[in-house]
Amino acid sequence: MTETVDRPMVRFEGVTKRYGSLTVLDSLNLDIGRGEKVAIIGPSGSGKTTVLRMLMTLERIDGGVIWVDGEPMTHMQKNGKLVPAEAKHLRRVRSKIGMVFQHFNLFPHMTALGNCIEAPMTVLGLPRREAEERAADLLNLVGLGEKKGHYPAQLSGGQQQRVAIARALAMRPKIMLFDEVTSALDPELCGEVLQVIRKLGSEHDLTMLMVTHQMGFAKEFADRVCFFYQGKICEQGEPRELFTAPKNERTQQFLRAVLEAV
Amino acid sequence: MIWNWEYTIEILPVLARAAIVTIEATFLSFFIALVLGLVLAVLRMSGPIVGWLASAFVELVRSTPLLIQIFFLFFVLPRFGIVLDAFTAGIIALSIHYGCYCSEVYRAGLEAVPRGQWEACTALNVSSWHTFKNIILPQAIPPIVPALGNYLVALFKDTPLLSAIAVLELVQTAKNLGSENFRYTEPMTIVGVAFLVLSLVSAVAIRWLERRLNRRSVR
Amino acid sequence: MGIPSLAAMLATALIAIAVLAASGDNAIFMPGLLEGAWLTVRIAVVGCGLAVITATAAALCRLYGPAPLRWLAVTYVEFFRGTSALVQLFWLFFVLPDFGIFMEPFTVAVLGLGLNVGAYGAEVVRGGIQGVQRGQWEATTALNMTRWQALRRIILPQAFVAMIPPWGNLFIELLKSTALVSLITMSDLTFKARTLNDFSMQTIPIFTLALLMYLVLSLTITIGMRWLERKSLRGMVRGRGR
Repeated sequence: MTETVDRPMVRFEGVTKRYGSLTVLDSLNLDIGRGEKVAIIGPSGSGKTTVLRMLMTLERIDGGVIWVDGEPMTHMQKNGKLVPAEAKHLRRVRSKIGMVFQHFNLFPHMTALGNCIEAPMTVLGLPRREAEERAADLLNLVGLGEKKGHYPAQLSGGQQQRVAIARALAMRPKIMLFDEVTSALDPELCGEVLQVIRKLGSEHDLTMLMVTHQMGFAKEFADRVCFFYQGKICEQGEPRELFTAPKNERTQQFLRAVLEAV
Repeated sequence: MIWNWEYTIEILPVLARAAIVTIEATFLSFFIALVLGLVLAVLRMSGPIVGWLASAFVELVRSTPLLIQIFFLFFVLPRFGIVLDAFTAGIIALSIHYGCYCSEVYRAGLEAVPRGQWEACTALNVSSWHTFKNIILPQAIPPIVPALGNYLVALFKDTPLLSAIAVLELVQTAKNLGSENFRYTEPMTIVGVAFLVLSLVSAVAIRWLERRLNRRSVR
Repeated sequence: MGIPSLAAMLATALIAIAVLAASGDNAIFMPGLLEGAWLTVRIAVVGCGLAVITATAAALCRLYGPAPLRWLAVTYVEFFRGTSALVQLFWLFFVLPDFGIFMEPFTVAVLGLGLNVGAYGAEVVRGGIQGVQRGQWEATTALNMTRWQALRRIILPQAFVAMIPPWGNLFIELLKSTALVSLITMSDLTFKARTLNDFSMQTIPIFTLALLMYLVLSLTITIGMRWLERKSLRGMVRGRGR
């Protein structure tokens, strides 16, 4: 199984997504390597969030195949042919992926600790003791060891988002998806969340895929940046290159507009 | 034999006459309830003592069964020398019961009219009666028409309770037919279907009305 | 109204009952009325239990069931909401024997009222579940929970809180509908009031006592549901913390 090292962690192969007559993603091809950190940028409506949502199986795809860790996720092999995946297969492959949402989506009726032990106990079947230890470690990692017993409503936005990160990590995913995780936060709270992500990137062997508006963070953190425009990757490359010398006219326009706003 | 068509055809005219009683009772009671509800709503908003008494009355009526209220009126009124036939006593009970429910709806409607409307009228030196009648009510009523409509349907479905004091409405008639002929299936089922059809039709009508009113208020 | 003023009303109603019972010869009505009230309470409690179960089942079938179950749930809800409770009771009581099905009046009462209120409750449950933000479902997918785990652990507990006030109203509706069982020969509170009235002609004290007893039961439900709501809201402030 050493050959798996060469296989991309995530592969989008001609993936298409439509809403009615509107094509949100047009036959997308994208490989993400093991441990790679990819930032997705682009104007709103360019389909960038849809990429993450499809990978998390929150959206059905209308064409193409998504591969995760060397095996098809949206499809499964049957008699040598690829057929749409059954729920069981989907769940097994999906267990490798975790996601953090723009609006946190914490469970409001559970404490920070409760949020972090829920899925490990019900889905992974961990005993409470072990789940709590794991959750406590992760809450410490995101700097919220003291807030274990707090309900989401008693936490600031930044703290809630950090709990959400701990909650996702508690499932031990190989791939982490971050969907505009700082967009719903007051500017002064973004830093603490980005700091946690930075720490994850340096200390853990995670493949990360993030949709972000924080160009500074993308530039400093990502191995690769993809610029989406009208359902297609318009330009991609190393952040230094893409941010300082964009080749595509659309990219130049977008970056100019974003930088002006700052 | 599960269903007797001959018997069905025989009893249909009797039930049709009873249906007219049911419909009469519904509309008569609802009309009085609409007026009474508005009066109660206004009383509840005026003065601490009157307001409290009106609220307590509404609370009491809403917390106790309609059936026992019907009995109460039917047996109590004669004590005060007021002898009413069962139909009238029943109508009064239904009106009071639903008047209390309607008063809640009116109150919500009246409270939803912005305070600025009253203030504007004060500034224009319009009397409070005129303000209420010409400015506030016309704004308060349209949004609550669907809620009132739902109570009309609810009242309709409560008219069978009048059978308890032997008013010959649909259910009492069906019951009598059943005990005369030792066969309840046909009359009770027909009555059930009649209620179902009329309720469904009115539900559709209310939804239609709601859409129309919404459209108007948006414009 | 807050819990303290509701409690004050409850106390007032209880005192009024005590005062009324102590005056004149009214005490002789109390055993009969209380006996009736006890039956009323029993029917109401079992009926409410049945209503909650059928409502939840119907709502879940309607939302997540396969087509036949969904269709069945819609029919159930529309049918029981479309016809009147008394017609339903009479139908169970008078018509089913025509088909050779005989039930105890208590069973008829609980079944009729429970199914009737359950139909309204199904819409409450459905609304409660649909009112939970979509992000909560998405979070459960991201955590790889099954639909059933998500529903049971995440969605229903949140919907539950939103459903408490409307269920309080429905429980009161059910309590009030129990008076209808007096028309199918059960000696509940309303039935007892009627028969005592027929014997003694003391209409005003008897019916006032009965009305006050219903008021006490309604207020108890209201206070109980308020308390439950407050207790389950503990920690989670609604509107925030999605």
